[in-house]
Amino acid sequence: MFIPHTDSEREEMLKEIGVGSMAELFNAVPKDFRFPKLNLPPALTEMEIMAELSELASVNESTRELICFLGAGAYNHYIPAAVDAIIRRGEFLTAYTPYQPEVSQGTLQAIFEYQSLIALLTGMEVSNASHYDGATAAAEAAVLAYHQFRGKRTRIVLSPAVNPQYRAVLRTYMSGYERLEIVGDEAGSSPFTSVDDLAKLVDMNTSLALVQYPDFFGRIQDLTAFAQKVHEAGALLAVAINPTALAMLKTPGDFGADIVVGEGQPLGIPLSYGGPYLGLFAAKKELVRKMAGRLVGETQDEKGQRGYVLTLTAREQHIRREKATSNICTNQGLMALTSAVYLSLLGKHGLRKVAELCFHKAHYAAEKIGKLPGFEVQTSTPFFHEFVVKTPAPVADINLHLLDHGILGGYDLGKDYPGLDNHMLIAVTEMNTREDIDILCEVLEEFNHG
Amino acid sequence: MAEPTVYELSSSGRIGVRFPEPDVPLATLPAGLERESLPLPELSELDVVRHFTHLSQLNYSIDGGFYPLGSCTMKYNPKINEDTARLPGFAFTHPLQPAETVQGNLALMYELQEYLKEISGFAAVSLQPAAGAHGEFTGVMIIKAYHEAMGRTNRTKMLIPDSAHGTNPATSAMRGFEVVGVPSDSRGNVDLEALKALCDDAVAGLMLTNPNTLGLFEEHVVEVLDLIHGCGGLVYGDGANLNALLGIARPGDIGFDVMHFNLHKTFSTPHGGGGPGSGPVGVATHLVDFLPGPNAVIVEEGTDEEAPLFDLAMPAQSIGRVKSFHGHFGMLVRAFTYISMYGADGMRKIAEHAVLNANYLLAKLRHAYHVPHDRICMHEFVMEGVFEDAPGVHALDIAKRLMDYKFHPPTNYFPLIVHEALMIEPTETENKQTLDAFADALIKIAAEAHTQPELLHGAPHITPIGRLDEVKAAKDLVLCCWYPDQN
Repeated sequence: MFIPHTDSEREEMLKEIGVGSMAELFNAVPKDFRFPKLNLPPALTEMEIMAELSELASVNESTRELICFLGAGAYNHYIPAAVDAIIRRGEFLTAYTPYQPEVSQGTLQAIFEYQSLIALLTGMEVSNASHYDGATAAAEAAVLAYHQFRGKRTRIVLSPAVNPQYRAVLRTYMSGYERLEIVGDEAGSSPFTSVDDLAKLVDMNTSLALVQYPDFFGRIQDLTAFAQKVHEAGALLAVAINPTALAMLKTPGDFGADIVVGEGQPLGIPLSYGGPYLGLFAAKKELVRKMAGRLVGETQDEKGQRGYVLTLTAREQHIRREKATSNICTNQGLMALTSAVYLSLLGKHGLRKVAELCFHKAHYAAEKIGKLPGFEVQTSTPFFHEFVVKTPAPVADINLHLLDHGILGGYDLGKDYPGLDNHMLIAVTEMNTREDIDILCEVLEEFNHG
Repeated sequence: MAEPTVYELSSSGRIGVRFPEPDVPLATLPAGLERESLPLPELSELDVVRHFTHLSQLNYSIDGGFYPLGSCTMKYNPKINEDTARLPGFAFTHPLQPAETVQGNLALMYELQEYLKEISGFAAVSLQPAAGAHGEFTGVMIIKAYHEAMGRTNRTKMLIPDSAHGTNPATSAMRGFEVVGVPSDSRGNVDLEALKALCDDAVAGLMLTNPNTLGLFEEHVVEVLDLIHGCGGLVYGDGANLNALLGIARPGDIGFDVMHFNLHKTFSTPHGGGGPGSGPVGVATHLVDFLPGPNAVIVEEGTDEEAPLFDLAMPAQSIGRVKSFHGHFGMLVRAFTYISMYGADGMRKIAEHAVLNANYLLAKLRHAYHVPHDRICMHEFVMEGVFEDAPGVHALDIAKRLMDYKFHPPTNYFPLIVHEALMIEPTETENKQTLDAFADALIKIAAEAHTQPELLHGAPHITPIGRLDEVKAAKDLVLCCWYPDQN
């Protein structure tokens, strides 16, 4: 198995060390606590654990069997076979953080290319090497903004149309900062507030305004005027994005955003029940020294050959300790690689195609569902691949019915927005065929009649 | 020859993957919101596969060779873990699916929580945190929340030994604590007298790594914990070095209040070139309600015929959500697979052989290198990469020269309390021949340091690229390989 020692080797080694037994190596451990009996199931062979976990996995109903219309922050996209073939390579999978550049150029160049791809996709100047997920990246934007104004600006304006989990994590992260107020998404505020209304909350005490684009409800709003108002107040604008949507939409960079955060999962990362995913974080170059996380930069060796190193490490915890910009250490290296491979494979044409497929299919679905008696689609604003449907019954009941017909229904917005009981968020991707959508409509209609 | 970047390899009009044509009527793209150009590269599938294969070949990896990075626990990552994590029932479930459709996932999470509780001696575990530092962040928040709930608003100080990982002070500062350093004594333990002097009613807690970053078991661990608890503080255990304690001692039994696990160190989930990690947090009884969530719970006990019914739930006084969804589920499947293959006896064998390997290397190297705290070590040890009679040779030179012998260098210049530190952690998965070859290489390098120091200064000689100009990287700050305005 994974411990290679033979009995005779073990004896030789103990002799070299000068102890009589393995147990003697642990004399420094207080006797009362030494060698506890652990109550764990007996060890399994590879064959047995594979069988056991195959069975456990088959208890689940996955998006392989169900027709999936669930999104709300994690999306069911096609992942080309080459992506997994690359990231399973042991040379990538079993390497550590590239602290020794001479023997880590593979990881370093891949991250450098990731930074480039993300910067260009988002229309920003720099990207870091990743955060844990979209939610923690959004929280780090708030931390950055707080420090940008040395804690003197104590207001964060947060759109209620930002993913509720991002907002929850941001609140957890910022709970340690005294006197901070987070406004815009208080209970009772309208979930569908426009960015124009949100702009009224931005004042000279605001460090950061965070909006989502497309927002949690799938809506696409022009952020030009909003960005202007945020900047007039001297605050920073952060935009949480969906990377697939940016293949066809104007970028946050076009609007003048200072920071872009987002969930990178749509870029070739399996749903995997919520993780590991990928936190995207890009910014204007002037913020680079305030950014958390790792950065790879290009340089040369003594012979003038091009090479890559971790750079600006003086911001990081292993150098700065309590004065670091963040405590982040291990991040999402392999997931950053995954998205770099995905973006390289799909390229200019493929990603645009996926975005358009999502867009057209979602609009077909919205139009069809909108015609069903009892269902009302809220489509007053342009949307990307998600939209809100007002339903004639509680979403949980409808979803139960859909599940009986092999359909994973949309997200129940009432879980996060008290005013949105009987509102479902439906996501459509390139994985959904016209037939899937037609079946969804039939089953919804049947529910209403049943 | 350097590998070109994806942008240099790009050729206008080339396609990597095709997607089906739309099978629905086309909708109108939003006016004025459409992007003008998409500056992504254009490559064929083979271009991409070959490019990233070339890049992979520039990496050193555990699969390729010995990787004795201290404090990183670079053990072999079993291949089966990659297969179990990719079982379609796990890999293709959406995180927001109704609980009744993901009972397999929830059962695995629940069981893993139970395994980690049993291994560590804690009362409850949350699998949410994404990495070690994220687990620390969570743990320190729990400490803060606990004091606040007890009405102790004056607890502002976090004590941190001078041997601690940089994440400890960084995390404490992020949560608004004043970081107070604690010196080490001559045996590498926390200096008890110094600690006594620091203990007062402003102490929120102590962050303790045990075994510490010198690879030494804290000989006065019970006294240290008593002192902190005596002044009303809590003790945070940094679980980075838990590999040395599996089946040897349970931090919860010793009296630690909260600890993070590094599934990517101790439980063999791959490091992936810098993540994803997974940093579950375990807590003692009095902190259970403060854990982040949601966590897997049983809502209906099982019977002989029926499995229990699982769901996700938030603890009563939870510090809140620390990330999206439910933690790094894919990493949880890998760790679960690993623990299942070892069982209880296997856990102890992991720690025993990790400690055996470290002490064996220490025994072979202590004559060639100075070891400042020389006693039986745990899973790693720290020696000095410097010789009195070979001035001008530094730990960095030794580290780089090891690459010429086809080994990954140990962690260097950490911990900060050892001059020119080389921190070596072999792990239990390395065989005696590999350890012998590594010791021989280090002994040869020690000789070279005296006879041919230029060999060390110029090292590495055999890698595709030489020592890189880090000053230039920070000064020029080229972070992106292609800017739109250049084309």
